[in-house]
Amino acid sequence: MIAHSVFFYIFSLIAIISAVMVTVSKNTVHSVFFLILDFFSISCLFIMIGAEFLGMIMLIVYVGAVAVLFLFVVMMLNVAEQKGQWFSSRWDGGTHIPIGLLVSLIIFFELIIVIGGWKYKPDLLNSLSINISNEVTNTRSIGNVLYTDYILLFQISGMILLVAMIGAIVLTYRERAGVKRQSYVKQISRERDEGVDLVEAEKNKGVKIDA
Amino acid sequence: MDSYFSILFTEVYKILFLLVPVLVSVAMIVWLDRRVWAFVQKRRGPNVVGPFGLFQSLADALKYVFKEIIIPASSNKLVFVLAPVVTMTLALISWAVIPFGEDFVLADINVGILYLFAVSSLGVYGIIMGGWASNSKYPFLGAIRSAAQMVSYEVSIGVIIINVLLCVGSLNLSDIVMAQQNLWFVIPLFPMFVIFFISALAETNRPPFDLPEAEAELVAGYQTEYSGMMYAMFWLGEYANILLMCAMGAVLFLGGWLSPIDIFPFNVIPGPFWLIFKILFLFILFALVKATVPRYRYDQLMKLGWKIFLPFSLFYVVLTSSFLLYFDLLPGK
Repeated sequence: MIAHSVFFYIFSLIAIISAVMVTVSKNTVHSVFFLILDFFSISCLFIMIGAEFLGMIMLIVYVGAVAVLFLFVVMMLNVAEQKGQWFSSRWDGGTHIPIGLLVSLIIFFELIIVIGGWKYKPDLLNSLSINISNEVTNTRSIGNVLYTDYILLFQISGMILLVAMIGAIVLTYRERAGVKRQSYVKQISRERDEGVDLVEAEKNKGVKIDA
Repeated sequence: MDSYFSILFTEVYKILFLLVPVLVSVAMIVWLDRRVWAFVQKRRGPNVVGPFGLFQSLADALKYVFKEIIIPASSNKLVFVLAPVVTMTLALISWAVIPFGEDFVLADINVGILYLFAVSSLGVYGIIMGGWASNSKYPFLGAIRSAAQMVSYEVSIGVIIINVLLCVGSLNLSDIVMAQQNLWFVIPLFPMFVIFFISALAETNRPPFDLPEAEAELVAGYQTEYSGMMYAMFWLGEYANILLMCAMGAVLFLGGWLSPIDIFPFNVIPGPFWLIFKILFLFILFALVKATVPRYRYDQLMKLGWKIFLPFSLFYVVLTSSFLLYFDLLPGK
């Protein structure tokens, strides 16, 4: 048991420190690396409480997505230019502070509601209509409720994600003129007759090619 | 506390007995790769050091150890040093869940296949870190390419794994092997096996998908600035990953440690040997592909991943699940 709590404190310490470092570190790419470390230690915590499925999904989904985030950071922000700019002299008038305050207030109240509910009704888990059994693996028990009782919520969240994805594609898609694309069908279905053209070239004039 | 330490020591002992053979076989597999490559091209390959040149990799490793490690002045030093360590560590920790036989596995966890998948999705960070920290154009381009490529092909590998899991009903790797006692999954899921093989080539940056280190365009990609032991660690990590992908293919599709037929001369050979034969078979296929197929263009690579493999494997998920449902074969009832 001692070993268990030692590991718990190590992982949660790493999680908290790296979460702080995500916001504090001056280099955006370092923030991304700290975010990965944060997700990693949180998934270790998940595994420690026996939720191995959630821990692994945490790694696959979040850490896999952070790779894309990394690409965004590198491509959209010029990392070399903004070196040490975050907390430096360039004060932008504090326009972002109200929004930041609002977001943190919302998160604060959500936390109060969650912890308050927990304190107020500690046997909340047992009063759920779904019985949680410790007999089966947690992968199976998540599957049992996710695709039966909560199928509607599952489908709706899938729809929301799909709409967000389509929206992102529509926002970033630019149709450019004059782009030549490779078409396998076109290449393979080309015949000799349309590919080769025998031309009688006139002297000193050559052949004019129009594509 | 005392019992805790005794457990710790037995585990360390087991881990050593797993990792040392894996590292030695990585060195041997590099030799095999070069030999197969050479034979296809009518060359001899490494044949001088030791019998058949078997010790060539050891000689190379020794050379790497004694070379100077150069850290570029403008690089991000901590990340630069961490990158090969991350690659190597991630390549080795995945071996913990590979079952070599019945009850012959280091960590028989419930979500073994997800663990493998998660570790391989972490693997891209070693490359990204190396490419970014080098602070140089070619490594950076290589890292960006590699990130995009590995993320894309991971998606199709994930869908292929779903196909296998539909037939098994468990995420445990030993259960996956035991479900193939009557029929290896390579037969009913043959198209998936082919796509898995090609995706594994792309996932491990092997030719014809070795665009992150395409020497004609990017010098050596993300490892351009690395030298000495750090380069060797990248190199070992890469080959350990290739071997791991072969092991994953053997477990998912070729029946893991099971013998092909359950009759006399075959079933006396112990399980681990069968797994090693299957891994070697897949690895020789990897090596033959390297020797025969020219490199893809980058847009073709992306097109293959997203527009062909992903829709096809999704379609196959629907096909497999409807087949299982219709004939009432769904496991875990």
